[in-house]
Amino acid sequence: MRTRSELSRRISQKTAFGVLLTATIAVTAVSLFIIIHIVVRGAGIVDWDFLTQAPSQAGKAGGIFPALVGTFYLMLGTLVIALPIGVLAGIYLSEYAPKNRLTKVINLAIVNLAGVPSIVYGLFGLGVFVLMLNFGMSLLAASLTLASQALAMTITTSREALIAVPNEYRAGSLAVGATRWQTIRHVVLPQARPGIVTGAILAMSRAAGETAPILVVGAAFLMRGLPQSPFDRFMALPYHLYTVAVHIPGMPEDTKWGVALVLLAVVLSFNILATVVRLRARKQRG
Amino acid sequence: MKLDSAVTNSRPPQYRGTKLSTSHLSLFYGPCQALRDITLDIPERAITAIIGPSGCGKSSFLRIFNRMNDLIPGARVEGSVELDGIDIYHRSIDVVELRKRVGMVFQKPNPFPMSVFENVAFGPRRHGRVSRGELEDIVERSLREAALWEEVKDKLDQSAFDLSGGQQQRLCIARVLAVEPEVILMDEPCSALDPVATLKIEDLMRRLAEQYTIIIVTHNMQQAARASDVSAFLLMQGDICGVLVEHGPTSELFTSPKDKRTEDYITGRFG
Repeated sequence: MRTRSELSRRISQKTAFGVLLTATIAVTAVSLFIIIHIVVRGAGIVDWDFLTQAPSQAGKAGGIFPALVGTFYLMLGTLVIALPIGVLAGIYLSEYAPKNRLTKVINLAIVNLAGVPSIVYGLFGLGVFVLMLNFGMSLLAASLTLASQALAMTITTSREALIAVPNEYRAGSLAVGATRWQTIRHVVLPQARPGIVTGAILAMSRAAGETAPILVVGAAFLMRGLPQSPFDRFMALPYHLYTVAVHIPGMPEDTKWGVALVLLAVVLSFNILATVVRLRARKQRG
Repeated sequence: MKLDSAVTNSRPPQYRGTKLSTSHLSLFYGPCQALRDITLDIPERAITAIIGPSGCGKSSFLRIFNRMNDLIPGARVEGSVELDGIDIYHRSIDVVELRKRVGMVFQKPNPFPMSVFENVAFGPRRHGRVSRGELEDIVERSLREAALWEEVKDKLDQSAFDLSGGQQQRLCIARVLAVEPEVILMDEPCSALDPVATLKIEDLMRRLAEQYTIIIVTHNMQQAARASDVSAFLLMQGDICGVLVEHGPTSELFTSPKDKRTEDYITGRFG
């Protein structure tokens, strides 16, 4: 009896292990396939000139410099706007907000903001930043639009990083007569910093990949030069990829994959950076 | 029986006055009552032990004196608590100033993730501009007072997490001493430590009691008997925690308790 139940337990153990392993392999294989495919198809065209030249012949020749720079501008704009607001709101929600139903509703609303389809943010940006505030189709309007979308993430990650700081540190600080703000500033925030930075980097990488929202608030089809002010229009990698892939007849295959490769590299490298920040912080904490 | 008179009878007269006193103190967390009608004087420059079974409100009582209960939503205090005759729950009281005078050491050592030096310097830094030289003096003095200086003087810049548990707890005591408090509250400061480290902390407490008023919460009877001058026994009664059953000089409370419940508790019949 005993051995039989032991046997069946061992079999179910093995089966479970097998199923889990297969699922993991499947997921890894799909992402690996995508990455390898893009690298293989696109690597041939990506060189220094491709990265630093302006496009010519409607993108069929030349490089992607304005799109690359535009994407970095967008990431920077998103960071500058979404990070401070995210951290401040995170501090309020974690440290000051009363633990009542309203706070719960606010938290829930913020989490749900992350689930709003990005084109909806695009239309919001068009209505508010482009038309109402009259920023026009511009880098500024696009940065604000992407930042609105990123806020859900920066607020949530900041709030969670702050909440994760054990209360004993707050108590220790208050108990030697530090004020609440001093406690946040000198004890809680430094410990939450890696979490906040990780969230900010991920928000930037997501902003780099967004296509739909910038489409309606200012991304340009083709530009020879770089935007000269925040009120100029701009090019961006994902939209450029969309146009070269779909809209321009006779586009060389290499170019499409090359643009995809660069975009992927930008997004992935930021994701890896976020992971490194998190791992380093974990190691430091011991 | 008035506490001070009892104390003066049984102990050297080094502590005469009353440092802290509560009068008809009750504490509520929302609808729950955590302390009921506690009237107690805490003698100056002595060690007062608060004993009682788990959940009887010992820690809540301790946190009355530096108003840490304020942080708990819905906490409400009735009655009065006086420090040197001044009501610390009066509207005009600055809680931050109060906590400078009434420091606290916690159950689990909670050094900040900073260097040993920065841990001790934390309080003084928050309380105004101090020069590097002054800070160094304060840190050394505090660490010496906490009987830790000799062990850490060569690793002031190392992380406080590199210290042993007992050292971390003494570091936390040094962190409190650095802001020059008058009262030190200790919430089961040895419960996370081994016996050797525990004895070190008790020695330290005895020495600190020459200068500071110490209140310690403990559920270790031997510790209370060994280390305290005065003891107060709290108990829960029905739904209400935190009833003060008996208090008095430790030697008397442990040898000839007046209340049957105290006797039962200290002889280990419950709790």
